Amino acid sequence: MAIVRAALLIDFGSTYTKLRAVDLDRASIIGSGQGPSTVTTDINIGLDKALADLEHQTGNLPDFVHTLASSSAAGGLGMVTIGLVPKLTAQAARHAALGAGAKLIGNYSYELTDLDISQIEAQRPDMILLCGGTDGGNKAIYLENATRLAASKLDCPIVLAGNRSASDAARQSLCNSGKNAVITENVMPEYLKLNIEPAREVIREIFINHIVRAKGIDLAASRFDEVLMPTPAAVLDATRLLADGTDGTPGIGPLMLLDIGGATTDVHSICDGLPPQSSAHFVGLEEPYAKRTVEGDLGMRHTASDVVAAFGGTEKFAAQAAMDSGVVDRLLIRCRDEVDWLPDSAEARAFDEALSRAAVEVAVERHAGTHSIVQTVHGPATVQRGKDLTQIGTIIGTGGVLVHGTGSRAALEGALWSAVRPQSLCPKSAEFFLDGDYALYAVGLLAAREPEVALALGRQSLKSLSKDQSNG
Amino acid sequence: MSEVNKGVLVTGVIGSDTHIVGNRILSRALEQEGFRVVSLGALTPAAEFVEAAIETNADAILVSSLYGQGELDCDGFRDLCTEAGLSDILLYIGGYLVVGDQPWEDVHIRFREMGFDRAFPPGTRPSDVTDVLEQDIAARRAHAKQGA
Repeated sequence: MAIVRAALLIDFGSTYTKLRAVDLDRASIIGSGQGPSTVTTDINIGLDKALADLEHQTGNLPDFVHTLASSSAAGGLGMVTIGLVPKLTAQAARHAALGAGAKLIGNYSYELTDLDISQIEAQRPDMILLCGGTDGGNKAIYLENATRLAASKLDCPIVLAGNRSASDAARQSLCNSGKNAVITENVMPEYLKLNIEPAREVIREIFINHIVRAKGIDLAASRFDEVLMPTPAAVLDATRLLADGTDGTPGIGPLMLLDIGGATTDVHSICDGLPPQSSAHFVGLEEPYAKRTVEGDLGMRHTASDVVAAFGGTEKFAAQAAMDSGVVDRLLIRCRDEVDWLPDSAEARAFDEALSRAAVEVAVERHAGTHSIVQTVHGPATVQRGKDLTQIGTIIGTGGVLVHGTGSRAALEGALWSAVRPQSLCPKSAEFFLDGDYALYAVGLLAAREPEVALALGRQSLKSLSKDQSNG
Repeated sequence: MSEVNKGVLVTGVIGSDTHIVGNRILSRALEQEGFRVVSLGALTPAAEFVEAAIETNADAILVSSLYGQGELDCDGFRDLCTEAGLSDILLYIGGYLVVGDQPWEDVHIRFREMGFDRAFPPGTRPSDVTDVLEQDIAARRAHAKQGA
């Protein structure tokens, strides 16, 4: 049967250039292609190789109705966020940047010091998000930090999302020094009210208009319609589409996605996360409906020993994995020295399974909120801090170790509530799936143009992990 | 935001105290008087009063305590403000601040020594607070202007 309408979705990744060709009428993947990431030389070389690979699978390529791209090449979208109080506007700024698909390379609070400024200059961010103060609240620190950034050597775009009464003056002082500064709505306009969507949108726009060029991706600009967003944002959009559905088609409800990589673990949760029982008293900053956290110390290779440390040390990890602690130490050294190492024995596979399970447990515990009991004169009262994930019914895994390894279900079950951490508001029970074709970035990109097709494609690409079946 | 901004106030009930009603009445009355009120509600730790005051650039923090543990909960409150760069913020406290039948004068002195600008005994009406508060805020702002 001839394919009538097709789309090409490109991911300019840090290691590979990946392609998914999608039949829009059947909402199915026609073929995949992969080439190296060649952003440091000429991005077209990797794209050509990936296209040749795709064509090899599918025969002659159809004309594509949409050709859309996401990118995490050349370090991704590296951002520094700045707020006033760590738990308040600095936290809101972090949520906004992570939600926009950024890689957080620095987070600062209060007045920036000389050392902070030279650190930020050395971090060479692609963009800075400057916040501080509620609307009508503190101006002094926000303006002082704008002045300090104005006097710095930094030349990246700066998004201003602080106290609206001071944003004009902040912009003026930055523009006077020749900086590119854009004002958007405050990330925390009222005390504890989170408002990150406007900042996310502006970050995405600047990414499309400036960063794509700065990274050399526009060298291939004639070959696609648009680079829509950083790849993590595409994956977040896909999880949101799967959970919420479209205007015409319902989604699958509250869900969580876990992406375990070599250096980091990403956790996405889509749910409102408010206390389910009205008796719980919510404390602290609101949590994002679509929340993304990135654990920079939880990965399968570069940071493997940090995973074991965060889990509670070698002894505890070895006991959990039913391995000798000497073997664990030896394999941890191997992870550090050979970051491309793939498990080559039963022992190594068991180690990887235990490591991915530990990464999931720690990453989800950090992502989730907590309940604690406070004794009052009226008896015990329940206090909730952070996001309640107990209503989540679907958990999706992605990333090499889960997709290609064995025991993915066991690893993902580490996301569930357990008596070991009774106060943590983790999911109680869930159905488990894998993004086996690595299709979610494509779903997120396609969602911007054809949401119905994207949703159908997303649902189709989820591979169920039933209880007694392993994907290995 | 109100046109007549008489001042930004952070209110709440400190510690493990769930008695919210009086604090709500007070917050409502102050709003009607033209103050901007950031209401933190019950069960509020001391640090959260301070963090709210920083972000909102508050003129005053009004602490309620109605379960007799106010002295314990407010220990070091002024120091916390000073550390956070709010050394000149107005601090008020009111409610059933201590357990037992202690003379108000003694209680008042103790809370003044802890760094509260004013302490109010049980039975205080919102209208008793608004006038002095307005004066105190005006004085604080005038002082800040002189300093600048």
